[in-house]
Amino acid sequence: MIPLVLGITLVSFFIMHLAPGDFLTQMQLNPNVKPGTVERLRRDFGLNRPAYIQYLYWLRNIFEGNFGYSFSYKQPVFHLISQFLLATLLLAVTTLVFSWAISVPMGVYAARHQNGFIDRLMSIIAFSGISLPGFFVALLAMLWAQKTGWLPIGGMESPNYDALSPVGKVLDIAEHLVLPTFVLGTRELAGTMRQMRGNLLDVMNENFIVAARARGLKESVVVWRHGVRNAMNPLITLFGFDLSGLLAGAALVEYVMNWPGLGRLLLSAVLSHDLYLVMGSFIMGAVLLILGNLVADILLAVTDPRIKLN
Amino acid sequence: MPSNDSPDNEQIKEQTDRIVPSLAESPEPMRSTQDTRAERQMLTGLSAKAAKSLSSKTPTQLAWRKLRKNRLAVLSLAILIVMYLTAFFGQFIAPYDYTSQDITSSFRAPVTIHWTPWPIVYDQTSHFDQYHFMIYTDDRSKPHRLLFFVHGTPYKFLDLFPTDLHLFGIAGNDKVYLLGTDQFGRDYFSRILYASQISLSVGLIGISLTLIFGLLVGGISGYYGGWIDDLIMRLCEVIMSVPDFYLLLALAAALPPTLNPLEVYILIIAMLSLIGFAGMARIIRGMVLSVREREYVEAARALGVSNFKIITRHIIPSTYTFSIVTATLAIPGFILAEASLSFLGLGIRDPMASWGNMLSAAEDLSSLEQHTWLLIPGFLIFITTLTFNFLGDGLRDALDPKSR
Amino acid sequence: MDEPLLSVKNLVTQFATDDGLVKAVDDVSFAINEGESLGVVGESGSGKSVTALSIMRLVAKPGRIVSGSISFSGQDLAKASDKKMRDLRGNDIGMIFQEPMTSLDPLYTVGYQIREAVELHQGLHGDVARIAAIKALSDVGIPNPGERVDSYPHQLSGGMRQRVMIAIALSCNPRLLIADEPTTALDVTIQARILDLLISLQRSRSMALMLITHNLGIVAEVCDRVIVMYKGKIVEAKSVDELFKNPEHPYTRSLLNSIPRLDSPLKTPLPTVDWDDS
Repeated sequence: MIPLVLGITLVSFFIMHLAPGDFLTQMQLNPNVKPGTVERLRRDFGLNRPAYIQYLYWLRNIFEGNFGYSFSYKQPVFHLISQFLLATLLLAVTTLVFSWAISVPMGVYAARHQNGFIDRLMSIIAFSGISLPGFFVALLAMLWAQKTGWLPIGGMESPNYDALSPVGKVLDIAEHLVLPTFVLGTRELAGTMRQMRGNLLDVMNENFIVAARARGLKESVVVWRHGVRNAMNPLITLFGFDLSGLLAGAALVEYVMNWPGLGRLLLSAVLSHDLYLVMGSFIMGAVLLILGNLVADILLAVTDPRIKLN
Repeated sequence: MPSNDSPDNEQIKEQTDRIVPSLAESPEPMRSTQDTRAERQMLTGLSAKAAKSLSSKTPTQLAWRKLRKNRLAVLSLAILIVMYLTAFFGQFIAPYDYTSQDITSSFRAPVTIHWTPWPIVYDQTSHFDQYHFMIYTDDRSKPHRLLFFVHGTPYKFLDLFPTDLHLFGIAGNDKVYLLGTDQFGRDYFSRILYASQISLSVGLIGISLTLIFGLLVGGISGYYGGWIDDLIMRLCEVIMSVPDFYLLLALAAALPPTLNPLEVYILIIAMLSLIGFAGMARIIRGMVLSVREREYVEAARALGVSNFKIITRHIIPSTYTFSIVTATLAIPGFILAEASLSFLGLGIRDPMASWGNMLSAAEDLSSLEQHTWLLIPGFLIFITTLTFNFLGDGLRDALDPKSR
Repeated sequence: MDEPLLSVKNLVTQFATDDGLVKAVDDVSFAINEGESLGVVGESGSGKSVTALSIMRLVAKPGRIVSGSISFSGQDLAKASDKKMRDLRGNDIGMIFQEPMTSLDPLYTVGYQIREAVELHQGLHGDVARIAAIKALSDVGIPNPGERVDSYPHQLSGGMRQRVMIAIALSCNPRLLIADEPTTALDVTIQARILDLLISLQRSRSMALMLITHNLGIVAEVCDRVIVMYKGKIVEAKSVDELFKNPEHPYTRSLLNSIPRLDSPLKTPLPTVDWDDS
């Protein structure tokens, strides 16, 4: 785990140095920046020293929680990231719950009624779901919102958010959550549903299913207790992988729909060449992914007795 | 209760089990979470059984026959061939090139073709309406016949053959805007065709690079093992641990803004391939590992066949099935990634056209409501991705030895 | 004991394949009496497994029982309701399969899978069910059943897993045990032990046994009577002694001949089954 994180820091540092020019010169030219800030940054990050020393400085700073300073937002990077992180997590969690709650039962149904009407219909939905570009669906959703006015057009909070009661605040955020969740969720859903269907079909051909029936168990018990349980396992391992896709997809959707999340932060940082912010969000994204994989591994070890954690 | 002097059958059996454990089959070795994750991470949909049964060499004819039965896959293949052919001949099919601007024709709607019975379009006059939107109306006094195989703006077909032949066009100064124009008055239809060249080729070239490097690196890593294997796998792990899109963004941000469009194009493809190859190398390595221990490889080694020959003649061909399916299913990923980057302005840059960067014009919602044809590139991306997915799915079923 | 326990008459089970309808079981009739052991011999594809699955009504699509009757304890299993079949499976009729490595659900303990049968058919729950599971394990000769009951299948060897399968099948005291090639996938030495186990269990419980195998040697050891199947039909049905002394059908004869003999001279090529009705 540790070498992995170190490796990632190396990669991001390397990328940072690929960017041409010394961004500090840019800052110096910016009249809004106090001269002392530039000097302080120069010192803190050792920008006068050779690259590998800079890396060590940077590493030390990270451990102290100093991720650098954002030029466009005029705040410490760490502070910014923690704000935006919550929004992304909220969106990610609701999307996962929404999509899995629908895709698992539907996948099971499709497998049980193979080649039936619903199966074919779901197959089409699934294929469409994974083929539509996320940002395109987001655009369409925004267009629809604008035309019908039923749901807010992007953003996380209404302009009058602060004036709302606590319940009102929750409802307001929920209202804003609907479209982004739907946009992200349909893509998620599509993939998981096909997975579930495929897995279940494979599992139902296994010998232990026949043996379970030979014990006199009801078909529904055989399907759910033995079939679906076994079919779920590969899905859990994919969870970490899904998370990566989710974070990626979320970035674009956040951008188009103005959801104030980590992805959008990274995007705006990239577009404005705000390098420390880019690196900070980048590392945060990687950490999230690693955590996601870790959660998946733990879940798998808990549910599958054949796996041991290493 | 058995006495100590005369052990009963139970005890004998127990002792035999302990003394000669090899007689009883040993239980399955525990697998680590890393192995399962790597194995499943990219086996999306591939039945685990089919992946394990590498020994089945499916004859190509059998696979082709199975594929033909899948009408959806065949239809998708046909559509893709048509699309790629259209892109290939894009310069010919497009009446104009992708840069000629005409501000006076900004945001013209797709032209209406009147069949009289010969296709006819009218010149258009423009004026501002009360909302300050430009309105175009047909000027019926100036009809133009739609002509085919006309001589228009000169271009170099494939950068090699200079010519000026176009599929269709009209005489005179005005232009026929089949799909309208964009903000700068550039013919949308032509831009879409030129964009298709970029967007479609990125996928193909990118996947070829990823395949080659993935096979090479995975093959070497799996075959030689040892510290080479460890090093390469660590590297791949690091690359795979970063959400691909974030990595892509970060790399794109590092690109200097002074590159010319061609260099941008090449670098984008390089970046996409780099990110994709890590996962592929890892899976290939896994497959190589399992094939390496097979008897026919041992036999080849015993015969003195060189390592290189073993890798290229025996081991890599066993990965073909997986490679073909993964490649086909990965192309949509490349296309979407390029589209996303270009949409954000980080990929293919103006004036070079790509479906992604053409869609960025759709971000302005109020303008979008008026000019809905701006969404067309999105649907084109959708169709391309969809057909590749259908084809890939069909290929997977056709090559899976376990399916009927 | 006048009525046979199981009486199969003119059973036909068909599969709808891409190449047309295939009769895996083609007009098969035989009977098993209480406490008797019947061997069903034949090569792969002869229809012996499908016969067994037909009796249990576990034939998977695209196969189905087309005609005939399967009379068990006065009921026709070919026409019985799904609910009736479920009552019988694992309860009056038990079945064990060829592949012990994959016949147990890897995600549940061995004890759990035994308890499923016991809870369902005998209404036992909780601790009582657990004790019944432990007893079932010890009945099949698994050492340390008290601990083993909480093991997962992957922690057990092939021979042990097969014993567990037998324990599950026997947990509710069935009157008939169908064993479909129970030892084919096991080591020779383990084979012998499993067969011994089957014989002793059969005797101690007066259970009928239908043993499906392609190995005549096993039949000779375990069974009272034998039927020989070829391409879905029964070509010979005799007691074991008579079959070995006096095989009539050319297929049976060539099967017997193909067993290598200890007293054959060295360097004679091993005989194969060379009879074919095509």
